[in-house]
Amino acid sequence: MTHAPTHAPTMAKLTLAERLRPWMPVLLVPALMVFGFLTIDSSSSWLTLTVSGLAMGMMIFVIASGMTLVFGLMDVINFGHGAFISFGAFVGTSVLLALGAMTGVPSLMLNLLAIAGAVLAAMVVTGGMGWAFERVIVRPVYGSHLKQILVTMGGLIVAEQLIYVIWGGHEIVITRPETLKGAITFAGAALEKYRLLAVVVGLAVFLALRTVMRRTKVGLIVRAGVENPEMVQALGYNITRVFVGVFIAGSALAGLGGVMWALYQEIITAHMGNEIMILVFIVVIIGGLGSVEGCFIGALTVGLVQNYAAFLEPKLALISNIALMVAILMWRPMGMVPVVKAK
Amino acid sequence: MMNILSGDRPKSVILSVLLAVILLALAFAPFLFPGSRSLETAARICIFIVLVASYDLLLGYGGIVSFAHTMFFGMGAYGVAIAIDRLGTGYGAMGLGALVGMVVAGIVALLIALLSLRVRAIFFAMITLAIASAVAVLVSQLSQFTGGEDGMNIRIPRELTPAFRLGEVFGTRVNGKVLNYYLVFTGCLVLFLVMLRLVNSPFGRVLQAIRENAFRAEAIGYRVVFYRAMATCLSAMIAALAGSLFAIWLRYVGPSTTLGMEIMLDILLMVVIGGMGTMYGAVVGTAIFVLAQNYLKELMGGLSEATSALPVIPDLLSPDRWLLWLGVLFILSVYFFPTGIVGRLRGTR
Repeated sequence: MTHAPTHAPTMAKLTLAERLRPWMPVLLVPALMVFGFLTIDSSSSWLTLTVSGLAMGMMIFVIASGMTLVFGLMDVINFGHGAFISFGAFVGTSVLLALGAMTGVPSLMLNLLAIAGAVLAAMVVTGGMGWAFERVIVRPVYGSHLKQILVTMGGLIVAEQLIYVIWGGHEIVITRPETLKGAITFAGAALEKYRLLAVVVGLAVFLALRTVMRRTKVGLIVRAGVENPEMVQALGYNITRVFVGVFIAGSALAGLGGVMWALYQEIITAHMGNEIMILVFIVVIIGGLGSVEGCFIGALTVGLVQNYAAFLEPKLALISNIALMVAILMWRPMGMVPVVKAK
Repeated sequence: MMNILSGDRPKSVILSVLLAVILLALAFAPFLFPGSRSLETAARICIFIVLVASYDLLLGYGGIVSFAHTMFFGMGAYGVAIAIDRLGTGYGAMGLGALVGMVVAGIVALLIALLSLRVRAIFFAMITLAIASAVAVLVSQLSQFTGGEDGMNIRIPRELTPAFRLGEVFGTRVNGKVLNYYLVFTGCLVLFLVMLRLVNSPFGRVLQAIRENAFRAEAIGYRVVFYRAMATCLSAMIAALAGSLFAIWLRYVGPSTTLGMEIMLDILLMVVIGGMGTMYGAVVGTAIFVLAQNYLKELMGGLSEATSALPVIPDLLSPDRWLLWLGVLFILSVYFFPTGIVGRLRGTR
């Protein structure tokens, strides 16, 4: 009996570069922060800019996450997503103005309660709107991108005009609740309290979304649906119902983002949603359509680049996001975290 | 006749009559409808027919949605305005400005197309939206070049202004404005016939094949990206030329007349109402839309006053809210008349 030939498998050791490659997109955000630290002279202004960049990124992420999932699941591109942002902002602001007694007093508890009420109202309204939007506007045009873009754009116009009808044409000024005004000083840098809150909320939404997607059965179905909807359906799950759920949740998140943005800018207009949507599109494209993680990284990158660029070279700030998008699409044409489709 | 139309017949009696009426009305507009307001409307219809047809080249034939069409339109308009501003009044400056605007539009369109179309056609809509809004902001910021929000007045050659008098024909005073109108009319007619030639050429055929099934077209051996990029460039260049004519006609350019999102929506509506995927749709859609735009606002004003006793309804019907109803109309027409008026008249569903 002969011995089996001796095997001496050679384990090629991965070089550092090869090990890092899959993590490149994740490392982009810290790399950007380090780059900012090196190019901005004073560390206190760097800290201020970083916090506001992160706050902005988190808000964009909250808005964009729903849209990217809707696309991933059902191949539906919703240009009307901006309407939910505006409606969220207007409903939230109306509630906050009505709760003036709670926002005017310097009690953190009451202020947060008022904001929570506003957020809840905004999310309920935009969630309901999302349901109606899906039913009336998106449902008849499944499968045709061209018609989806046209029809959702029409929906956006109608929703925007309805805001004019309900709240009138003028912009509304909203001040932040008493305890969230002003800034705290940390390491010589002035950090606005509200921006810190925005970072916390955004992070919480991201972690919650990630947990739902990774740890629960619903998340499993959604992730499987993104990869291969037919197979999920064949296994007995009603993918349409899942999709409607995701659509509603995404619209509600856009409403939350709208309230956050309203308090960030302290002024709201009917076309604010449309303006933010441009950033959202950039984020969704560079993140990879359909990917929540990519969306998160993309949003933070956009927020940071915008704030650094505005500080370093104010003239460049206008086109910095477009330049960022071009650069990333050259580097990774499918976005930073491409979605694997089993087709 | 068929040669001029590139063999693309209207294929419907009503449509033929409609097109002939529109053509004759536009050709003799200064004599049929005297008065500066109606001449203004006629010139607007001419220019928008070209603009909408060039958009249809992209949307209806290529199956690509772009939101940057007004940007290219604006490039042509600003090209003429800046050239005249820098080089002084003259036909040379006018032509050079139009040429430069066209070339710049072509190059920008090519870059956008290469960046987005090689990945996914759906990126195109989002990327053009982002770029167009960035450019609109840029134009209002770079006020030393573009006049910012105020825009620029253009001093065109005297022969094209109302101050230049020629005499009377059929009881209508012929002045430079009429000459200017015929410049616009001829330019638009030529551009329209060129586009008709384009879409009925083998190139147009391939574009339609790609619209129907990009995968299959690629499999047959046509390079989808190349054809789509070409369509984008051509449509951008024609839009830029239409913009140049618009600037010469208005003797003014500004962000609101050339770059605004509202104009983009108007173009979308005209294409969809007239009928996607046919050049004649642009003619019918534009003529009806521009006329309705004036008429609808007055009707809504009347209705709003008539219902002023009721609670919400006057707000819904006020002339400022006409976009609301256009939006509703737009959604309904995408659902129920995806082929538009022309598709209906031709009997294809």
